[in-house]
Amino acid sequence: MAEVLDARVAPQVVDDLAIRRQLREQVARLEGELGALFCSTYPRTGFDWNVGSRGGPRMLSLKELEEVRDELAAKLQHNRRVLGDRTYVEELHRRRIEEMLLEPERHKFVRVRNEDIGERGCKQWHVLPRYGLIGMLMNWWRVKISSGCPLAGGLGPPLPSDG
Amino acid sequence: MIDDPELTHGYVDATLRAEFPDLGLVYTEVPVRPRRSPPEVRERLRTASDRFTGAKAVTLRQQPIPWAYRVFFRHVGIDPDERRTPIEAIALERMRAGGFLSRNVVDDALLLATLETGVPVLAFDAAAVDGELGLRVSPGGESLGELPLSSGQVVVADGVRALAVLFGETAEGCGVQPSSQRMLLAGVRVKGVPEVSIEEALWVAAETVSDAD
Repeated sequence: MAEVLDARVAPQVVDDLAIRRQLREQVARLEGELGALFCSTYPRTGFDWNVGSRGGPRMLSLKELEEVRDELAAKLQHNRRVLGDRTYVEELHRRRIEEMLLEPERHKFVRVRNEDIGERGCKQWHVLPRYGLIGMLMNWWRVKISSGCPLAGGLGPPLPSDG
Repeated sequence: MIDDPELTHGYVDATLRAEFPDLGLVYTEVPVRPRRSPPEVRERLRTASDRFTGAKAVTLRQQPIPWAYRVFFRHVGIDPDERRTPIEAIALERMRAGGFLSRNVVDDALLLATLETGVPVLAFDAAAVDGELGLRVSPGGESLGELPLSSGQVVVADGVRALAVLFGETAEGCGVQPSSQRMLLAGVRVKGVPEVSIEEALWVAAETVSDAD
């Protein structure tokens, strides 16, 4: 204690540049991990990737660099958790599709879409009665797999001519 | 085909160099005749559009050079998801417009250079540049045309004044004009981007402009 209070003990010199360099390296690593996570989440939507801008391009203070690092880390953690939750639900949906295919009569009128399993496109698995009302009365059920997205309405207007 | 352009390494002021030892600006001067792009350049844009798929756009940020610019954006206080890095802005525009639309020979050359290398390339009217080109921190009280610059802002400057905010606005009259006869093509190097990529970007831009003549 006496040593700490001793005024003759020289204060530690803090290498500001080294701290900043370390912070920048941490930011770079976190940005890489966030980029990888971004690619993993595609084509799912509903994730928040924005980490507040600091009015750049300009030299950031130590505090601002720390804030950027902390926000990136928080964003990474949050999005990982969201992705984890989503993939858990998607896995349940996948299992449900298998069950639907095995025993359609136990999943009457259930519909699972591609987006429910984290994939793009309009494909869907829908449990429907075979032959309509007769199938319902006879308990004849089947899984109808849609063939995909409806066709586009037309060719659309031509691109501006550049020829 | 053109000979390898003569490259000059611009200055980086001491404050910036201490903070970002790998930051640099490499530039070259080329003759230019701003006008509509010739058919060959438009054809190159069309081919590039066909090759640039959605999957490529999504995974762009995982590639080393685009990632390096994203990291630099973070380091200087820009959110790259708010203000896109040049290559990501090009990718987004490709997805939005359904293709790379030709604007003029200079813009098309810059687009092709950035697209092929991931390196952002800037162009200035050589007649508007006074002295050596470089990167520095604005001391404050400075302005870019009518836009006041805050202290600490990173700018592209010549020996006299700020020409552009780095990856931002360009001062009026400093960009390539229809009357420009020579232009400076400048590539910004950040940590993680090899020198050869900068050279290639400048070469592609210079070659596109020269082929158009």
